[in-house]
Amino acid sequence: MNKMIFKHEFLIRINSIITWTISVVAMVFVFFSFFSVFAGQAEMMQQVLEKFPEELLIAFGMNEMNYDTVLGYISFYFLFIQLLLAIQAGNYGFGLVSIEETEMTADFLLTRPVSRAKILTSKFMAALASMLLTDVVMWISMFTAISIFSEGKDYDMATLLLLLFSVILFQLFFFSLGLMISLMVKRVRSVTPYSLGLAFGSYVLSAFSGVFGDVKLEYITPFKHFEPAYIVNNGALNAPLVLINVVITVIALVAGYWLYLHRDIHAVS
Amino acid sequence: MSIIEVSHLTKFYGKSRGIVDVSFNVEEGEIFGFIGPNGAGKSTTIRLLLSLIHPTEGEGKVFGLDVTKHGPEIRRSIGYLPSEVFYYEGMKVIDLLKYSASFYEGNFTERMKYLSELMELEMNRRISDLSFGNKKKVGIVQGLLHSPKLLFLDEPTSGLDPLMQRKFFDLIKEENKRGVTVFFSSHILGEVQRLCNRVGIIREGSMVEISEIHSLQQNNYKKISVTANGLTPEFFDTPGVTNVQTENGSVNFFFKGDINAMVQKVSSLKLDDVTIEEPTLEEIFMHYYE
Repeated sequence: MNKMIFKHEFLIRINSIITWTISVVAMVFVFFSFFSVFAGQAEMMQQVLEKFPEELLIAFGMNEMNYDTVLGYISFYFLFIQLLLAIQAGNYGFGLVSIEETEMTADFLLTRPVSRAKILTSKFMAALASMLLTDVVMWISMFTAISIFSEGKDYDMATLLLLLFSVILFQLFFFSLGLMISLMVKRVRSVTPYSLGLAFGSYVLSAFSGVFGDVKLEYITPFKHFEPAYIVNNGALNAPLVLINVVITVIALVAGYWLYLHRDIHAVS
Repeated sequence: MSIIEVSHLTKFYGKSRGIVDVSFNVEEGEIFGFIGPNGAGKSTTIRLLLSLIHPTEGEGKVFGLDVTKHGPEIRRSIGYLPSEVFYYEGMKVIDLLKYSASFYEGNFTERMKYLSELMELEMNRRISDLSFGNKKKVGIVQGLLHSPKLLFLDEPTSGLDPLMQRKFFDLIKEENKRGVTVFFSSHILGEVQRLCNRVGIIREGSMVEISEIHSLQQNNYKKISVTANGLTPEFFDTPGVTNVQTENGSVNFFFKGDINAMVQKVSSLKLDDVTIEEPTLEEIFMHYYE
């Protein structure tokens, strides 16, 4: 790894890291501040939900929820945190090398005496550090929110940690896939449409996989691989699905490296 | 010793042609001019040698090392000035130069100061605030900062005012005296003639001619246009004159030979206007296809 590239890459992303981290933290606190309302009226909530069609509840992952427990409540809204993290990770993946090419700075970087593998590794590490920074702040704010809003209710620490740490693998999936796709298309003009598409696309797949029952869409979407309700209800990860997730991530990363090493960096045209 | 050895280098972008079967050598310490019209394959050749793109066939060697295998090692001693300069917009000039310098071994503070003062570069401005010409200056300082042994200049003078162009040429000559080899790509014949020892001419992806600059000049035409009252094309019916045409009352032709004789002949006329120009590259190429 090249320290200078790492530092440069990290600093160039610093505004984005701050923005995303603030959004995630805000979501943690805003949702949790309603915990007492939900917990106090859990029974009524249950009655309301029973009137909704079963398919709709499955689509939103609301069929197996206990809103009056700490973990149950977190699993209800963790989906939205996952969505934010997915878009952020997708942004970093899609933009990792494509931004240099659209802004034409790739010529500068790639004519330095550093191998492409080293360049990509340094960039990857910087993006990983950016995502981890967001995660760490999210974890701290989650514990802070719990201590403020949980009204002393008990919860299983191991399960919570499992849920919180699972976001790293979750993010890496979107990052790696974004990187690979960005190297397969001719030119990524703007990163955001791609990362939004990937994140919401995966989410919709996950939602529909609940509705159609038989269709095995859960194999390909991380929102199923790391479904909060499953983790909370079972106190464990869904091992086969997580394995699929890791395999896809690794394949995408390896493909990304291969494509980058063999890529033609075209001149301004 | 050959600094650059290119043999049968070919590059296709899908089906469209980059360069086809290009071979040439550049010797240590020379300034090699590489000229051709836009789209002829000049940048493609340079980008292949910098391993920004990968060859379809053939091979390129720099410092005796294959460019596809030893890229990082080769680039340690290369300076590159692209035709259009793009840097991280949010950075200040000084930060970009320091970032660039950090990739090479050594302390370049003094040299950075020397080069930026010479090129009158303001170090504390943001890249995004710079004009095209000023970005080019950043490119020049950045390319020369780490004292490379080989310089790739891809149409380096575009965007520079004449004064800066002269300073730049002096700087390149100075570097060359210290032993730096220069690969100078351009579509402007004049600057290649001023600077280079040898020149390669590329057209439609193929090397048309590699020759000493002297022999190129001896074969050179001048393009002359004369406007005078009552002038007829027959007046220029002398040896060395070709391609005589009349347009809007002025007579245009190509001339090759003793320029003094021609000037004397023209001075006998009562002129409204006269221009003597370098032929365009296209016209030089026509000569090579005769």
